[in-house]
Amino acid sequence: MLKYILPLLLFIVLAVFLALGLNLHPSEIPSPLIDKQAPAFSAAKLQAPEEKLTPADLKGKVWLFNVWASWCASCRSEHPVLNQLAQQKAAIIVGLNYKDEPEAAKGWLAQLGNPYDVSIMDQDGRIGIDWGVYGVPETFVVDKQGVIRYKHTGPVTPEDVQQTFLPLIAKLQAEN
Amino acid sequence: MKYLSVIFLLALSGIACAGVEYRQFASPEQQEAYENLTSELRCLVCQNQTIADSNAELAADLRRQVYEMLQQGKSKQDIAQFMTDRYGDFVLYNPPFKLKTGLLWIGPVVFLLIGLVAVFLFARRKKTNATVEISAEKQQKIRSLLEEGDQS
Repeated sequence: MLKYILPLLLFIVLAVFLALGLNLHPSEIPSPLIDKQAPAFSAAKLQAPEEKLTPADLKGKVWLFNVWASWCASCRSEHPVLNQLAQQKAAIIVGLNYKDEPEAAKGWLAQLGNPYDVSIMDQDGRIGIDWGVYGVPETFVVDKQGVIRYKHTGPVTPEDVQQTFLPLIAKLQAEN
Repeated sequence: MKYLSVIFLLALSGIACAGVEYRQFASPEQQEAYENLTSELRCLVCQNQTIADSNAELAADLRRQVYEMLQQGKSKQDIAQFMTDRYGDFVLYNPPFKLKTGLLWIGPVVFLLIGLVAVFLFARRKKTNATVEISAEKQQKIRSLLEEGDQS
């Protein structure tokens, strides 16, 4: 009897492991920055390079931090979603223009629309390293205390906005 | 000849791909620390390459970061900590032993033990199967046949 049951058991174990493996997303690395204070930066604004922005300027506000670049193909697919989200004015959207040419970036915004309340420049990728950025686009949600509460890797889809971002933003807006 | 030139070109391509970066180190120890660190940190874009091996832009940025921190006199632990603070344990090819990484470390030993137990059980069962009782009658027959053979 065991002779027949044993291969079946082995098969089931193998199948379960393979099924689990299929549903893993190894490209999504959990960020150790969740529930930590947003890493500090002082970066020039894309549209006004003489002005600087720091996370302290955004204290008391819920903001999204979206990492984007004009060379990034998935940012292009994400862009209309951000434009729509910006119209709802649920939260401030800050863009991190990551390793990009300012001229190319400005042209991109002029052509596709600008969902960002402000974009800052990170031409050498140092702010990106501090934020643990490894794939563009990435989107962080920061609460009123300046604490990172959520990170999304890859393009934000309309479903993500409805199911994750808007409920989370509403919750954070209600906090003090 | 054709094959030789292809092999030669292939060998060259490796040289062309390896990101050539000239770094100056204050001491051989610092260079060693740099080489150790870059071959222990994972490139998060390619995931199965170290930042020393990878040509991804992020890997180049992280190599620069490691180099700069070494120049500032930071220790290897400081730099490894800097990376894990931002990218998590996944960035280390040698993850620390924690509750979360326990299975990773103990797993191979557990599988080895399971294998050994299985082999042991299997071998023991084989042995018990091998001993077949032979009736006295048959033993008598065997003996007589053997004796016959000896005589001839």
